[in-house]
Amino acid sequence: MSAAVASGMARRRGADTAFQALALLVLVVTLGALATLIWDIVADGGGTLSWSFLTSFSSRRASQAGIWHALTGSIFVVLVTAVLAVPVGVAAAIYLEEYGGRSLTARIIELNITNLAAVPSIIYGLLGLGLFVRTMGMGRSVLAGGATLALLALPVVILSTREALRAVPKSLREGSYALGATKWQTIWHQVLPVAAPGILTGLILALSRAIGETAPLITIGAFAFVTFAPDSIWSPFTVLPIQIFNWVSRPQVEFHANAAAAILVLVTLLLSLNAAAIWLRDRYQKGGIS
Amino acid sequence: MRKAEFLIEWGLFGCALLSIATTIGIIVVLTIETAAFLEEVPVADFVFGTEWTPLFAMPRFGVLPLVTGTLLVSVIAMLVALPMGLLSAIYLSEYADERLRRTVKPILEILAGVPTVVYGYFALLFVTPLLQRVIPGMSGANALSPGIVMGLMILPLVSSLSEDAMRGVPRGLREGSYALGATKMQTSLRVVVPAAFSGITAAFILAVSRAIGETMIVAIAAGQQPRLTLDPTVPIETMTAYIVQVSQGDTPQGTLEYRTIFAVGMLLFIGTFGLNLVSAWLRERYREEYA
Repeated sequence: MSAAVASGMARRRGADTAFQALALLVLVVTLGALATLIWDIVADGGGTLSWSFLTSFSSRRASQAGIWHALTGSIFVVLVTAVLAVPVGVAAAIYLEEYGGRSLTARIIELNITNLAAVPSIIYGLLGLGLFVRTMGMGRSVLAGGATLALLALPVVILSTREALRAVPKSLREGSYALGATKWQTIWHQVLPVAAPGILTGLILALSRAIGETAPLITIGAFAFVTFAPDSIWSPFTVLPIQIFNWVSRPQVEFHANAAAAILVLVTLLLSLNAAAIWLRDRYQKGGIS
Repeated sequence: MRKAEFLIEWGLFGCALLSIATTIGIIVVLTIETAAFLEEVPVADFVFGTEWTPLFAMPRFGVLPLVTGTLLVSVIAMLVALPMGLLSAIYLSEYADERLRRTVKPILEILAGVPTVVYGYFALLFVTPLLQRVIPGMSGANALSPGIVMGLMILPLVSSLSEDAMRGVPRGLREGSYALGATKMQTSLRVVVPAAFSGITAAFILAVSRAIGETMIVAIAAGQQPRLTLDPTVPIETMTAYIVQVSQGDTPQGTLEYRTIFAVGMLLFIGTFGLNLVSAWLRERYREEYA
Protein backbone atom coordinates (compact mmCIF):
# COMPACT_ATOMS: atom_id res chain seq x y z
CA MET A 1 0.00 0.00 0.00
CA SER A 2 1.46 3.35 -0.99
CA ALA A 3 1.98 6.08 1.59
CA ALA A 4 -0.65 8.30 -0.07
CA VAL A 5 -3.32 5.62 0.14
CA ALA A 6 -2.40 4.81 3.72
CA SER A 7 -2.63 8.45 4.82
CA GLY A 8 -5.93 8.84 2.98
CA MET A 9 -7.23 5.80 4.78
CA ALA A 10 -6.13 7.15 8.15
CA ARG A 11 -7.84 10.46 7.41
CA ARG A 12 -11.08 8.75 6.46
CA ARG A 13 -10.95 6.55 9.54
CA GLY A 14 -10.40 9.65 11.67
CA ALA A 15 -13.37 11.40 10.08
CA ASP A 16 -15.48 8.32 10.69
CA THR A 17 -14.58 8.20 14.38
CA ALA A 18 -15.29 11.93 14.75
CA PHE A 19 -18.65 11.53 13.00
CA GLN A 20 -19.64 8.60 15.19
CA ALA A 21 -18.68 10.60 18.30
CA LEU A 22 -20.78 13.55 17.10
CA ALA A 23 -23.82 11.37 16.47
CA LEU A 24 -23.45 9.71 19.86
CA LEU A 25 -23.09 13.15 21.46
CA VAL A 26 -26.41 14.23 19.92
CA LEU A 27 -28.09 11.18 21.38
CA VAL A 28 -26.56 11.84 24.80
CA VAL A 29 -27.62 15.52 24.68
CA THR A 30 -31.18 14.49 23.82
CA LEU A 31 -31.40 12.00 26.67
CA GLY A 32 -29.71 14.58 28.93
CA ALA A 33 -32.41 17.11 28.05
CA LEU A 34 -35.10 14.63 29.10
CA ALA A 35 -33.26 14.02 32.37
CA THR A 36 -32.96 17.79 32.95
CA LEU A 37 -36.69 18.24 32.31
CA ILE A 38 -37.58 15.57 34.86
CA TRP A 39 -35.06 16.85 37.39
CA ASP A 40 -36.33 20.44 37.00
CA ILE A 41 -39.94 19.46 37.62
CA VAL A 42 -39.15 17.22 40.58
CA ALA A 43 -37.01 19.99 42.09
CA ASP A 44 -39.77 22.60 41.61
CA GLY A 45 -42.79 20.55 42.54
CA GLY A 46 -41.61 17.73 44.79
CA GLY A 47 -42.00 19.84 47.94
CA THR A 48 -45.58 20.83 47.13
CA LEU A 49 -46.82 17.32 46.46
CA SER A 50 -48.84 15.99 49.38
CA TRP A 51 -52.02 14.09 50.13
CA SER A 52 -53.94 17.32 50.70
CA PHE A 53 -52.67 18.66 47.34
CA LEU A 54 -54.28 15.66 45.65
CA THR A 55 -57.57 15.89 47.53
CA SER A 56 -58.12 19.68 47.75
CA PHE A 57 -60.04 21.82 45.30
CA SER A 58 -58.69 24.83 43.46
CA SER A 59 -58.12 27.95 45.52
CA ARG A 60 -57.04 31.51 44.96
CA ARG A 61 -54.39 30.93 47.61
CA ALA A 62 -51.55 28.81 46.24
CA SER A 63 -50.79 27.04 49.51
CA GLN A 64 -54.34 25.72 49.86
CA ALA A 65 -54.94 24.84 46.23
CA GLY A 66 -55.21 21.23 45.10
CA ILE A 67 -56.05 19.26 42.00
CA TRP A 68 -58.97 17.01 43.01
CA HIS A 69 -61.42 18.78 40.65
CA ALA A 70 -58.94 18.59 37.73
CA LEU A 71 -57.96 14.98 38.37
CA THR A 72 -61.58 13.81 38.49
CA GLY A 73 -62.31 16.00 35.45
CA SER A 74 -59.49 14.32 33.49
CA ILE A 75 -60.71 10.84 34.43
CA PHE A 76 -64.34 11.69 33.64
CA VAL A 77 -63.47 13.17 30.24
CA VAL A 78 -61.20 10.30 29.21
CA LEU A 79 -63.90 7.76 30.15
CA VAL A 80 -66.34 9.52 27.83
CA THR A 81 -63.62 9.60 25.16
CA ALA A 82 -63.03 5.86 25.56
CA VAL A 83 -66.74 4.99 25.38
CA LEU A 84 -67.11 6.98 22.15
CA ALA A 85 -63.81 6.33 20.37
CA VAL A 86 -62.99 2.71 21.20
CA PRO A 87 -65.96 0.83 19.65
CA VAL A 88 -66.07 3.04 16.55
CA GLY A 89 -62.30 3.01 16.09
CA VAL A 90 -61.95 -0.75 16.48
CA ALA A 91 -64.92 -1.34 14.13
CA ALA A 92 -63.42 0.98 11.50
CA ALA A 93 -60.08 -0.80 11.78
CA ILE A 94 -61.74 -4.21 11.37
CA TYR A 95 -63.48 -2.97 8.24
CA LEU A 96 -60.30 -1.57 6.70
CA GLU A 97 -58.13 -4.56 7.57
CA GLU A 98 -60.52 -7.47 7.03
CA TYR A 99 -63.12 -6.25 4.54
CA GLY A 100 -61.81 -3.20 2.71
CA GLY A 101 -58.98 -4.81 0.80
CA ARG A 102 -57.45 -2.59 -1.86
CA SER A 103 -60.71 -1.02 -3.05
CA LEU A 104 -60.63 2.66 -3.94
CA THR A 105 -62.98 3.60 -1.07
CA ALA A 106 -60.77 1.81 1.44
CA ARG A 107 -57.67 3.56 0.09
CA ILE A 108 -59.31 6.97 0.29
CA ILE A 109 -60.43 6.31 3.87
CA GLU A 110 -56.91 5.15 4.69
CA LEU A 111 -55.24 8.26 3.26
CA ASN A 112 -57.80 10.38 5.08
CA ILE A 113 -57.04 8.73 8.43
CA THR A 114 -53.29 9.17 8.01
CA ASN A 115 -53.95 12.84 7.31
CA LEU A 116 -56.34 13.28 10.24
CA ALA A 117 -53.73 11.81 12.58
CA ALA A 118 -51.45 14.74 11.67
CA VAL A 119 -54.03 17.55 11.86
CA PRO A 120 -53.09 19.90 14.75
CA SER A 121 -55.10 19.13 17.88
CA ILE A 122 -56.31 22.72 18.17
CA ILE A 123 -58.23 22.29 14.89
CA TYR A 124 -60.22 19.52 16.58
CA GLY A 125 -60.93 22.04 19.30
CA LEU A 126 -62.43 24.41 16.72
CA LEU A 127 -64.50 21.53 15.32
CA GLY A 128 -65.72 20.66 18.82
CA LEU A 129 -66.57 24.30 19.51
CA GLY A 130 -68.54 24.72 16.29
CA LEU A 131 -70.17 21.28 16.27
CA PHE A 132 -70.65 19.99 19.83
CA VAL A 133 -70.66 23.13 21.97
CA ARG A 134 -72.68 25.44 19.67
CA THR A 135 -74.58 23.52 16.97
CA MET A 136 -75.52 20.50 19.07
CA GLY A 137 -75.94 22.62 22.19
CA MET A 138 -73.86 20.49 24.54
CA GLY A 139 -72.32 23.59 26.10
CA ARG A 140 -68.92 23.41 27.78
CA SER A 141 -69.71 20.02 29.29
CA VAL A 142 -67.80 16.83 30.00
CA LEU A 143 -69.69 15.31 27.07
CA ALA A 144 -68.52 18.00 24.63
CA GLY A 145 -64.93 17.63 25.88
CA GLY A 146 -65.03 13.84 25.67
CA ALA A 147 -66.56 13.91 22.20
CA THR A 148 -63.92 16.37 20.95
CA LEU A 149 -61.10 14.21 22.29
CA ALA A 150 -62.81 11.11 20.83
CA LEU A 151 -62.57 12.58 17.32
CA LEU A 152 -58.92 13.42 18.03
CA ALA A 153 -58.15 9.91 19.31
CA LEU A 154 -60.07 8.08 16.58
CA PRO A 155 -57.32 8.05 13.89
CA VAL A 156 -54.75 6.85 16.44
CA VAL A 157 -57.07 4.07 17.64
CA ILE A 158 -57.76 2.96 14.05
CA LEU A 159 -54.08 2.96 13.04
CA SER A 160 -52.90 0.98 16.08
CA THR A 161 -55.79 -1.50 15.93
CA ARG A 162 -55.04 -2.19 12.28
CA GLU A 163 -51.46 -2.92 13.15
CA ALA A 164 -52.57 -5.42 15.81
CA LEU A 165 -54.96 -7.11 13.36
CA ARG A 166 -52.26 -7.30 10.69
CA ALA A 167 -50.00 -9.22 13.08
CA VAL A 168 -52.52 -12.10 13.25
CA PRO A 169 -51.26 -14.86 10.90
CA LYS A 170 -53.29 -15.54 7.78
CA SER A 171 -53.26 -19.29 8.42
CA LEU A 172 -55.51 -18.78 11.46
CA ARG A 173 -58.19 -17.21 9.29
CA GLU A 174 -57.83 -19.85 6.60
CA GLY A 175 -58.14 -22.65 9.15
CA SER A 176 -61.35 -21.12 10.39
CA TYR A 177 -62.78 -20.76 6.88
CA ALA A 178 -61.84 -24.35 6.13
CA LEU A 179 -64.00 -25.46 9.05
CA GLY A 180 -66.92 -23.62 7.49
CA ALA A 181 -66.96 -20.47 9.62
CA THR A 182 -68.27 -17.27 8.09
CA LYS A 183 -66.15 -14.15 7.84
CA TRP A 184 -67.61 -12.53 10.94
CA GLN A 185 -67.41 -15.76 12.94
CA THR A 186 -63.74 -15.97 11.99
CA ILE A 187 -63.10 -12.37 13.05
CA TRP A 188 -65.05 -12.61 16.30
CA HIS A 189 -63.90 -16.04 17.49
CA GLN A 190 -60.38 -16.30 16.03
CA VAL A 191 -58.86 -12.97 15.00
CA LEU A 192 -60.04 -10.63 17.77
CA PRO A 193 -59.04 -12.84 20.75
CA VAL A 194 -55.54 -13.22 19.33
CA ALA A 195 -55.23 -9.52 18.49
CA ALA A 196 -56.75 -8.35 21.80
CA PRO A 197 -53.52 -7.62 23.74
CA GLY A 198 -52.13 -5.66 20.78
CA ILE A 199 -55.37 -3.72 20.39
CA LEU A 200 -55.44 -2.97 24.11
CA THR A 201 -51.86 -1.66 24.00
CA GLY A 202 -52.79 0.75 21.22
CA LEU A 203 -55.93 1.87 23.05
CA ILE A 204 -54.03 2.64 26.23
CA LEU A 205 -51.48 4.72 24.30
CA ALA A 206 -54.19 6.61 22.39
CA LEU A 207 -56.14 7.39 25.56
CA SER A 208 -53.05 8.44 27.49
CA ARG A 209 -52.35 10.91 24.69
CA ALA A 210 -55.90 12.24 25.12
CA ILE A 211 -55.30 12.74 28.86
CA GLY A 212 -52.30 14.97 28.07
CA GLU A 213 -54.16 17.17 25.58
CA THR A 214 -54.73 20.80 26.51
CA ALA A 215 -55.34 22.96 23.46
CA PRO A 216 -58.57 21.42 22.08
CA LEU A 217 -60.24 21.59 25.49
CA ILE A 218 -59.24 25.23 26.00
CA THR A 219 -60.67 25.96 22.57
CA ILE A 220 -64.08 24.51 23.43
CA GLY A 221 -64.07 26.83 26.43
CA ALA A 222 -63.00 24.63 29.34
CA PHE A 223 -60.67 27.31 30.71
CA ALA A 224 -63.25 28.84 33.08
CA PHE A 225 -62.47 28.83 36.78
CA VAL A 226 -64.06 25.51 37.76
CA THR A 227 -63.56 24.60 41.42
CA PHE A 228 -65.71 21.51 41.75
CA ALA A 229 -65.57 17.92 40.57
CA PRO A 230 -67.92 17.01 37.70
CA ASP A 231 -70.92 14.89 38.73
CA SER A 232 -72.52 14.18 35.35
CA ILE A 233 -71.66 14.32 31.67
CA TRP A 234 -73.41 17.70 31.51
CA SER A 235 -71.19 19.32 34.17
CA PRO A 236 -68.69 22.00 33.32
CA PHE A 237 -65.20 20.69 33.96
CA THR A 238 -61.51 21.32 33.95
CA VAL A 239 -58.68 18.84 33.40
CA LEU A 240 -55.15 18.47 34.79
CA PRO A 241 -53.31 19.97 31.78
CA ILE A 242 -55.58 23.04 31.81
CA GLN A 243 -55.06 23.49 35.56
CA ILE A 244 -51.30 23.30 34.92
CA PHE A 245 -51.58 25.90 32.13
CA ASN A 246 -53.63 28.13 34.43
CA TRP A 247 -51.01 27.98 37.19
CA VAL A 248 -48.03 28.42 34.84
CA SER A 249 -49.63 31.53 33.37
CA ARG A 250 -49.78 33.28 36.75
CA PRO A 251 -46.92 35.54 37.78
CA GLN A 252 -46.62 34.27 41.39
CA VAL A 253 -43.85 31.75 42.02
CA GLU A 254 -45.98 29.74 44.51
CA PHE A 255 -48.39 28.85 41.73
CA HIS A 256 -45.48 27.67 39.58
CA ALA A 257 -44.62 25.16 42.31
CA ASN A 258 -48.25 24.00 42.20
CA ALA A 259 -47.97 23.62 38.42
CA ALA A 260 -44.83 21.49 38.79
CA ALA A 261 -46.50 19.30 41.41
CA ALA A 262 -49.53 18.83 39.14
CA ILE A 263 -47.15 17.94 36.28
CA LEU A 264 -45.61 15.27 38.51
CA VAL A 265 -49.07 13.77 39.06
CA LEU A 266 -49.93 13.94 35.34
CA VAL A 267 -46.63 12.48 34.16
CA THR A 268 -46.76 9.70 36.78
CA LEU A 269 -50.25 8.81 35.58
CA LEU A 270 -49.16 8.76 31.92
CA LEU A 271 -45.96 6.82 32.60
CA SER A 272 -47.85 4.12 34.50
CA LEU A 273 -50.28 3.82 31.60
CA ASN A 274 -47.37 3.61 29.16
CA ALA A 275 -45.60 1.04 31.31
CA ALA A 276 -48.78 -1.05 31.37
CA ALA A 277 -48.99 -0.82 27.58
CA ILE A 278 -45.33 -1.82 27.12
CA TRP A 279 -45.77 -4.71 29.58
CA LEU A 280 -48.77 -5.92 27.61
CA ARG A 281 -46.87 -5.65 24.34
CA ASP A 282 -43.90 -7.62 25.67
CA ARG A 283 -46.09 -10.38 27.08
CA TYR A 284 -47.88 -10.57 23.77
CA GLN A 285 -44.65 -10.80 21.78
CA LYS A 286 -43.33 -13.55 24.04
CA GLY A 287 -46.58 -15.44 23.49
CA GLY A 288 -45.14 -16.40 20.11
CA ILE A 289 -47.99 -15.08 17.98
CA SER A 290 -45.83 -13.24 15.47
CA MET B 1 -77.11 -15.86 8.57
CA ARG B 2 -76.09 -14.26 5.37
CA LYS B 3 -78.20 -11.20 6.19
CA ALA B 4 -76.48 -10.76 9.57
CA GLU B 5 -73.08 -10.94 7.91
CA PHE B 6 -74.18 -8.30 5.44
CA LEU B 7 -75.47 -5.99 8.19
CA ILE B 8 -72.25 -6.36 10.17
CA GLU B 9 -70.13 -5.45 7.17
CA TRP B 10 -72.18 -2.31 6.52
CA GLY B 11 -72.09 -1.36 10.20
CA LEU B 12 -68.30 -1.61 10.21
CA PHE B 13 -68.14 0.36 6.96
CA GLY B 14 -70.25 3.08 8.57
CA CYS B 15 -67.72 3.39 11.39
CA ALA B 16 -64.91 3.68 8.85
CA LEU B 17 -66.84 6.40 7.03
CA LEU B 18 -66.98 8.41 10.27
CA SER B 19 -63.36 9.40 9.65
CA ILE B 20 -64.39 10.97 6.36
CA ALA B 21 -67.24 12.70 8.21
CA THR B 22 -64.67 14.15 10.64
CA THR B 23 -62.71 15.69 7.78
CA ILE B 24 -65.89 17.06 6.21
CA GLY B 25 -66.97 18.38 9.63
CA ILE B 26 -63.69 20.25 10.05
CA ILE B 27 -63.93 21.75 6.57
CA VAL B 28 -67.62 22.74 6.97
CA VAL B 29 -67.22 24.35 10.41
CA LEU B 30 -64.11 26.28 9.35
CA THR B 31 -65.63 27.34 6.01
CA ILE B 32 -68.92 28.65 7.44
CA GLU B 33 -67.25 30.85 10.04
CA THR B 34 -64.43 31.94 7.73
CA ALA B 35 -66.92 32.95 5.03
CA ALA B 36 -68.85 35.04 7.56
CA PHE B 37 -65.55 36.60 8.65
CA LEU B 38 -64.54 37.41 5.10
CA GLU B 39 -67.87 39.16 4.48
CA GLU B 40 -66.76 41.82 6.91
CA VAL B 41 -63.03 41.80 6.29
CA PRO B 42 -61.71 41.80 2.69
CA VAL B 43 -59.51 38.78 1.87
CA ALA B 44 -56.59 40.98 0.84
CA ASP B 45 -56.67 42.87 4.18
CA PHE B 46 -56.65 39.54 6.02
CA VAL B 47 -53.92 37.75 4.07
CA PHE B 48 -51.57 40.67 3.35
CA GLY B 49 -52.27 43.03 6.27
CA THR B 50 -49.32 43.65 8.55
CA GLU B 51 -51.23 44.57 11.72
CA TRP B 52 -53.21 42.13 13.86
CA THR B 53 -55.22 43.97 16.54
CA PRO B 54 -58.71 42.37 16.50
CA LEU B 55 -59.30 43.01 20.20
CA PHE B 56 -58.64 46.78 19.98
CA ALA B 57 -61.28 49.50 19.66
CA MET B 58 -60.03 50.14 16.10
CA PRO B 59 -59.46 46.55 14.99
CA ARG B 60 -57.04 45.53 12.23
CA PHE B 61 -57.16 42.06 10.75
CA GLY B 62 -53.85 41.55 8.95
CA VAL B 63 -52.75 38.00 9.72
CA LEU B 64 -49.11 38.35 8.60
CA PRO B 65 -47.70 38.98 12.12
CA LEU B 66 -49.25 35.72 13.32
CA VAL B 67 -47.89 33.90 10.27
CA THR B 68 -44.35 35.23 10.69
CA GLY B 69 -44.51 34.46 14.42
CA THR B 70 -45.51 30.87 13.63
CA LEU B 71 -42.79 30.52 10.98
CA LEU B 72 -40.10 32.05 13.22
CA VAL B 73 -40.72 29.56 16.03
CA SER B 74 -41.04 26.68 13.54
CA VAL B 75 -37.73 27.53 11.82
CA ILE B 76 -35.94 27.59 15.19
CA ALA B 77 -37.55 24.26 16.11
CA MET B 78 -36.45 22.76 12.79
CA LEU B 79 -32.87 24.00 13.25
CA VAL B 80 -32.82 21.87 16.40
CA ALA B 81 -34.93 18.89 15.37
CA LEU B 82 -33.73 18.19 11.82
CA PRO B 83 -29.94 17.92 12.22
CA MET B 84 -30.14 16.33 15.67
CA GLY B 85 -32.95 13.99 14.67
CA LEU B 86 -31.14 12.89 11.52
CA LEU B 87 -27.83 12.32 13.35
CA SER B 88 -29.48 10.28 16.07
CA ALA B 89 -31.32 8.28 13.40
CA ILE B 90 -28.02 7.59 11.60
CA TYR B 91 -26.45 6.52 14.87
CA LEU B 92 -29.35 4.22 15.79
CA SER B 93 -29.67 2.75 12.31
CA GLU B 94 -26.02 2.41 11.25
CA TYR B 95 -23.79 2.38 14.34
CA ALA B 96 -25.73 1.22 17.41
CA ASP B 97 -26.02 -2.45 18.30
CA GLU B 98 -29.41 -4.06 18.91
CA ARG B 99 -29.21 -3.74 22.71
CA LEU B 100 -28.54 0.00 22.69
CA ARG B 101 -31.29 0.56 20.14
CA ARG B 102 -33.77 -1.35 22.26
CA THR B 103 -32.86 0.75 25.29
CA VAL B 104 -32.86 4.14 23.58
CA LYS B 105 -35.99 3.85 21.46
CA PRO B 106 -38.48 3.54 24.37
CA ILE B 107 -36.81 6.52 26.05
CA LEU B 108 -37.27 8.56 22.87
CA GLU B 109 -40.90 7.43 22.85
CA ILE B 110 -41.29 8.83 26.37
CA LEU B 111 -39.85 12.14 25.16
CA ALA B 112 -42.47 12.18 22.40
CA GLY B 113 -45.26 11.27 24.82
CA VAL B 114 -44.68 14.06 27.35
CA PRO B 115 -47.72 16.40 27.26
CA THR B 116 -46.94 19.66 25.50
CA VAL B 117 -48.06 21.74 28.47
CA VAL B 118 -45.12 20.22 30.35
CA TYR B 119 -42.73 21.39 27.63
CA GLY B 120 -44.32 24.83 27.93
CA TYR B 121 -43.51 24.89 31.64
CA PHE B 122 -39.94 23.80 30.88
CA ALA B 123 -39.51 26.50 28.20
CA LEU B 124 -40.87 29.35 30.33
CA LEU B 125 -39.37 28.50 33.71
CA PHE B 126 -36.12 26.69 32.86
CA VAL B 127 -34.87 27.40 29.34
CA THR B 128 -35.82 31.09 29.19
CA PRO B 129 -34.06 32.03 32.47
CA LEU B 130 -31.03 30.04 31.26
CA LEU B 131 -30.99 31.89 27.92
CA GLN B 132 -31.43 35.24 29.65
CA ARG B 133 -28.09 34.71 31.36
CA VAL B 134 -26.41 34.24 27.98
CA ILE B 135 -28.39 36.88 26.08
CA PRO B 136 -28.90 39.88 28.37
CA GLY B 137 -31.96 41.94 27.51
CA MET B 138 -33.94 39.01 26.20
CA SER B 139 -37.52 39.33 27.32
CA GLY B 140 -39.37 36.73 29.40
CA ALA B 141 -41.58 35.78 26.47
CA ASN B 142 -39.72 35.15 23.20
CA ALA B 143 -39.54 32.91 20.15
CA LEU B 144 -36.13 31.36 20.86
CA SER B 145 -36.88 29.39 24.00
CA PRO B 146 -40.16 27.76 22.87
CA GLY B 147 -38.50 27.14 19.48
CA ILE B 148 -35.64 25.19 21.04
CA VAL B 149 -37.93 23.22 23.35
CA MET B 150 -40.31 22.47 20.49
CA GLY B 151 -37.34 21.17 18.49
CA LEU B 152 -36.58 18.82 21.36
CA MET B 153 -40.19 17.65 21.39
CA ILE B 154 -40.23 16.95 17.64
CA LEU B 155 -36.78 15.32 17.54
CA PRO B 156 -38.08 11.79 18.37
CA LEU B 157 -40.54 11.99 15.46
CA VAL B 158 -37.79 12.94 13.00
CA SER B 159 -35.44 10.35 14.44
CA SER B 160 -37.85 7.44 14.43
CA LEU B 161 -39.32 8.06 10.95
CA SER B 162 -35.87 8.69 9.42
CA GLU B 163 -34.52 5.55 11.08
CA ASP B 164 -37.40 3.52 9.63
CA ALA B 165 -36.59 4.90 6.17
CA MET B 166 -32.87 4.12 6.52
CA ARG B 167 -33.47 0.60 7.80
CA GLY B 168 -35.61 0.03 4.73
CA VAL B 169 -32.55 0.50 2.51
CA PRO B 170 -31.37 -2.94 1.29
CA ARG B 171 -28.21 -4.37 2.89
CA GLY B 172 -26.67 -4.93 -0.54
CA LEU B 173 -26.25 -1.20 -1.12
CA ARG B 174 -24.25 -0.85 2.09
CA GLU B 175 -22.13 -3.91 1.35
CA GLY B 176 -21.34 -2.63 -2.12
CA SER B 177 -20.14 0.60 -0.59
CA TYR B 178 -17.97 -1.18 2.01
CA ALA B 179 -16.50 -3.37 -0.72
CA LEU B 180 -15.32 -0.21 -2.47
CA GLY B 181 -13.45 0.73 0.71
CA ALA B 182 -15.86 3.32 2.08
CA THR B 183 -16.05 3.93 5.82
CA LYS B 184 -19.29 3.77 7.78
CA MET B 185 -19.62 7.54 7.69
CA GLN B 186 -19.18 7.66 3.90
CA THR B 187 -21.65 4.82 3.48
CA SER B 188 -24.19 6.48 5.79
CA LEU B 189 -23.99 9.94 4.25
CA ARG B 190 -23.45 9.08 0.58
CA VAL B 191 -25.34 5.82 0.15
CA VAL B 192 -27.91 5.20 2.89
CA VAL B 193 -29.18 8.77 3.37
CA PRO B 194 -29.59 9.44 -0.38
CA ALA B 195 -31.26 6.05 -0.84
CA ALA B 196 -33.70 6.83 1.97
CA PHE B 197 -34.13 10.40 0.79
CA SER B 198 -37.87 10.42 0.12
CA GLY B 199 -38.62 8.77 3.47
CA ILE B 200 -36.40 11.24 5.32
CA THR B 201 -37.96 14.18 3.48
CA ALA B 202 -41.41 12.85 4.44
CA ALA B 203 -40.29 12.83 8.08
CA PHE B 204 -38.98 16.40 7.79
CA ILE B 205 -42.22 17.68 6.25
CA LEU B 206 -44.32 15.99 8.91
CA ALA B 207 -42.07 17.62 11.53
CA VAL B 208 -42.64 21.07 10.00
CA SER B 209 -46.38 20.46 10.03
CA ARG B 210 -46.20 19.43 13.68
CA ALA B 211 -44.24 22.57 14.57
CA ILE B 212 -46.73 24.87 12.84
CA GLY B 213 -49.67 23.29 14.66
CA GLU B 214 -48.02 23.04 18.09
CA THR B 215 -49.94 25.11 20.58
CA MET B 216 -49.23 24.92 24.29
CA ILE B 217 -45.46 25.54 24.23
CA VAL B 218 -45.92 28.81 22.34
CA ALA B 219 -49.08 29.80 24.23
CA ILE B 220 -47.07 29.60 27.47
CA ALA B 221 -43.61 30.81 26.48
CA ALA B 222 -43.77 32.93 23.29
CA GLY B 223 -46.08 35.74 24.41
CA GLN B 224 -49.28 37.30 23.17
CA GLN B 225 -47.95 40.21 21.14
CA PRO B 226 -48.46 39.77 17.40
CA ARG B 227 -45.65 41.65 15.71
CA LEU B 228 -43.94 41.48 12.35
CA THR B 229 -40.37 40.66 13.33
CA LEU B 230 -37.57 38.15 12.85
CA ASP B 231 -36.02 38.97 16.22
CA PRO B 232 -36.17 35.78 18.32
CA THR B 233 -35.63 37.61 21.63
CA VAL B 234 -38.87 39.64 21.79
CA PRO B 235 -42.45 38.51 22.55
CA ILE B 236 -44.47 37.42 19.51
CA GLU B 237 -47.68 35.51 18.93
CA THR B 238 -48.32 32.44 16.78
CA MET B 239 -51.57 31.49 15.04
CA THR B 240 -52.24 28.71 17.55
CA ALA B 241 -51.43 30.91 20.56
CA TYR B 242 -53.92 33.50 19.29
CA ILE B 243 -56.69 30.89 19.18
CA VAL B 244 -55.87 29.91 22.76
CA GLN B 245 -55.78 33.57 23.85
CA VAL B 246 -59.28 34.25 22.52
CA SER B 247 -60.64 30.93 23.83
CA GLN B 248 -59.54 31.80 27.37
CA GLY B 249 -61.99 34.68 27.42
CA ASP B 250 -65.73 34.33 27.03
CA THR B 251 -66.28 35.31 23.41
CA PRO B 252 -69.94 35.45 22.37
CA GLN B 253 -70.88 33.45 19.29
CA GLY B 254 -71.49 35.40 16.12
CA THR B 255 -69.12 38.27 16.88
CA LEU B 256 -66.31 39.12 14.51
CA GLU B 257 -63.86 38.31 17.30
CA TYR B 258 -65.32 34.80 17.60
CA ARG B 259 -64.94 34.31 13.85
CA THR B 260 -61.28 35.38 13.78
CA ILE B 261 -60.22 32.13 15.47
CA PHE B 262 -61.92 30.10 12.74
CA ALA B 263 -60.34 32.20 9.98
CA VAL B 264 -56.91 31.72 11.58
CA GLY B 265 -57.74 28.03 12.09
CA MET B 266 -58.61 27.74 8.40
CA LEU B 267 -55.16 29.03 7.39
CA LEU B 268 -53.56 26.64 9.86
CA PHE B 269 -55.60 23.71 8.52
CA ILE B 270 -54.82 24.46 4.87
CA GLY B 271 -51.10 24.78 5.62
CA THR B 272 -50.74 21.62 7.70
CA PHE B 273 -53.10 19.51 5.58
CA GLY B 274 -51.11 20.38 2.46
CA LEU B 275 -47.83 19.45 4.16
CA ASN B 276 -49.31 16.17 5.44
CA LEU B 277 -50.47 15.21 1.95
CA VAL B 278 -47.02 15.81 0.48
CA SER B 279 -45.48 13.78 3.30
CA ALA B 280 -47.90 10.87 2.82
CA TRP B 281 -47.19 10.87 -0.92
CA LEU B 282 -43.43 10.77 -0.35
CA ARG B 283 -43.71 7.90 2.15
CA GLU B 284 -45.82 5.94 -0.33
CA ARG B 285 -43.07 6.46 -2.89
CA TYR B 286 -40.21 5.15 -0.79
CA ARG B 287 -42.28 2.13 0.15
CA GLU B 288 -42.63 1.31 -3.53
CA GLU B 289 -38.94 1.83 -4.23
CA TYR B 290 -37.72 -1.07 -2.11
CA ALA B 291 -40.86 -3.16 -1.78
